[in-house]
Amino acid sequence: MPKDPKLHATYLPPMEEKESSKPFHPTPNLDELETGPWPSFVTGLKRLAMQKDYGNMMVDLLGQLEHSYKTRLGYWKGGTVSVFGYGGGIIPRFTELMDSTGKPMFPECKEFHTLRVQPPAGNHYTTDMLRQLSNSWSKYGSGLIAFHGQTGNIMFIGTTTENTQHFFDEINDYGWDLGGAGPCVRTGMSCIGAARCEQSCANEQKIHRLLVNNFQDDMHRPALPYKFKFKVSGCPNDCQNSIHRSDFAVIGTWRDDMKVDQAEVKKFVEAKGRKYVVDNVISRCPTNALSLNDDDTLDVDNRNCVRCMHCINVMTKALSPGDDHGVTILIGGKRTLKIGDTMGTVIVPFMKLESDEDYEKLVEMAEETIDFFAENALEHERTGEMIERIGLVNFLEGIGVDVDPHMINHPREISYVRMDDWDIEAEKWNQRKAEAAG
Amino acid sequence: MAEQHRQPIESGTPDPFQYMHPTFIKNFGNWAYHDRPRPGVLHHVAKSGDEVWTVRVGTQRQLGPYEINLLCDIVDKFGDGHVHFTIRSNFEVMVTEESKVEPLIKAFEEAGYPVGGTGPSVTMISHTQGWLHCDIPGTDASGVVKALMDELHDEFISERMPNRVHITTSCCQINCGGQGDIAINVQHTKPPKINHSLVANVCERPSVVARCPVAAIRPAIVNGKPSLEVDEKKCICCGACFPPCPPMQINDAEFTKLAIWVGGKHSNARSKPSFHKLVAAGIPNNAPRWPEVAEIVKNILHVYKEDARDWERVGDWIDRIGWPRFFELTELPFTKFHIEDWRGSRRTLNASTHIRF
Repeated sequence: MPKDPKLHATYLPPMEEKESSKPFHPTPNLDELETGPWPSFVTGLKRLAMQKDYGNMMVDLLGQLEHSYKTRLGYWKGGTVSVFGYGGGIIPRFTELMDSTGKPMFPECKEFHTLRVQPPAGNHYTTDMLRQLSNSWSKYGSGLIAFHGQTGNIMFIGTTTENTQHFFDEINDYGWDLGGAGPCVRTGMSCIGAARCEQSCANEQKIHRLLVNNFQDDMHRPALPYKFKFKVSGCPNDCQNSIHRSDFAVIGTWRDDMKVDQAEVKKFVEAKGRKYVVDNVISRCPTNALSLNDDDTLDVDNRNCVRCMHCINVMTKALSPGDDHGVTILIGGKRTLKIGDTMGTVIVPFMKLESDEDYEKLVEMAEETIDFFAENALEHERTGEMIERIGLVNFLEGIGVDVDPHMINHPREISYVRMDDWDIEAEKWNQRKAEAAG
Repeated sequence: MAEQHRQPIESGTPDPFQYMHPTFIKNFGNWAYHDRPRPGVLHHVAKSGDEVWTVRVGTQRQLGPYEINLLCDIVDKFGDGHVHFTIRSNFEVMVTEESKVEPLIKAFEEAGYPVGGTGPSVTMISHTQGWLHCDIPGTDASGVVKALMDELHDEFISERMPNRVHITTSCCQINCGGQGDIAINVQHTKPPKINHSLVANVCERPSVVARCPVAAIRPAIVNGKPSLEVDEKKCICCGACFPPCPPMQINDAEFTKLAIWVGGKHSNARSKPSFHKLVAAGIPNNAPRWPEVAEIVKNILHVYKEDARDWERVGDWIDRIGWPRFFELTELPFTKFHIEDWRGSRRTLNASTHIRF
């Protein structure tokens, strides 16, 4: 039993405190989701349905959701709702559930739109700000907020067409802007990174804001072939799932030697035992770049380390990334629709991000990519699909990036290709090498 | 006179420093190491010697003012007023004194919020919108997650898996829930049912034809009206035509099923990132608690826990033991549907004598 039932996830005020006028619909299916140890969203919806304002909307929302649970079908359709000056950022929902006379079965939630709002880079909040956002939303909408949607937005779920504008005006005045919806640059995501994590090799929040905020016009006025997502992870653990889930993945890495505190290595071996270290660290290195010395110190073949992070994840105190930080950029990740899943492909193996010029180069690279995407992708085609259709080489030529063996797992296996320009292409490589050597 | 509209301020993604914990700001980019003193708690130490303890709390993701105030009251009373949300909707509270950790945990637990989700645990299931708000869902999302997290609660609050387990759910085959160690996704099993009287008015037909991954849709005149028809022999029942053309109803109370996929991994740790692979399908979309899904997921987790070695993610584990052993250990049927026939599928076949007996 909770110590104070009024301050507990399961708390529902007594019915005499219900301020909304519409009685609850019976919800036997949803009620079953009010038991069990995990906090229940159904109890949450019921609390909202007892509110004075928008309570009736949530009473009907519960009614429609229960109907879905009964029939196992969804009943929302899209539409066009936007705030003044923008073309996207709102997910309009209108009920499709009509009675025999063509009237909505649950009229109070016949409009039930979501506003997508960009979170602060890295998802940091103060309790004051959470309460302020919550208060604004209770004024103009259902009060229901999802932290966060799969694209990274704060989702303010459930309001009328008219109130989308009022709510946006209020929160936009204190620093919050709509995210992306539709064929546009989408809301970005970045990990907590340098704020808390010793494995961070980049200033994630800076990269995130620099990239996404450079394309606000492309976010708020959808005019691209399809969506375009930026995600930023501070290290190859890729907490933000950027290789799978973004068109433009920026991942922190390093190119000097990883750091080894041999005294801490010895302590770790002493605490865990040699077998543990061999089984869980040495033999798990994907390129056999680690060796445990007879004196319980660690040998690292840094030239063959692929920065996978495993050993650093296990031995957090003894091992850490090197100091010469930068980022790897992969382009073309997306989910199943339409050609099947694609992961991003390495386009830039290493880019230093130190000076303002470095950061400008990153933004220019994103601009080139989006320009090429806008001009060359088919309608509803993601960057990964476009690259699959035209081939990586055409894409690289389009954005002005030279070929690099880091971009491939292995060279061509099939001889069916015309190569009469071989000498010219080989000379380009030799020239680039000579230039790099100075 | 027309009402004067307010011009939007295109401020974009907010600067996080205005909300960040002061110890994060002070030590930004200068952290030394971390450890996990107990499940649900991270301990980070900065090069300056500053320390931060983070308490990770599971939530319903969809929060109303009651939940927000309940959680924020706890943070204001026992924490430092700063919070962070993880990508999997976990609520994190940071404190700079170790003595504050236990009271925080106690307060969250007393309020009915589980503390956990760190290290080798089953962390919060990432989920989508489902029947609550999506326009194309084959199932619910919040309900599936609630039902499963009830079953997996003990694995959330402890760290007794070989490595972390990321579970995802998706309500259509676009799979916006993403890759997971275990992914629970809608799988349609019948072609769309077309409401021919609506197609001409509602759908931009060429776009719908172009949307089909297997070119199974073509324009047609049905009952004298322009519509679309589906070559049902070619149709893979993916539902891609449904979002641009709602009269092509793909969702069905009976034939919209669930499938379970395993071995997806985002991280580059050890092996390269991987996609999840099909292991089970034909599972009924059995609201409100999806018991058949829970049973299969719990079985896979049980076998993984018993058989995998420390630090092996589900995919790493199967790479070591091989797929025949996976099907043997889980007792899941292996069918012709497990064999890929999509583009590039030959690369998924075993062209070797590497066989475990």
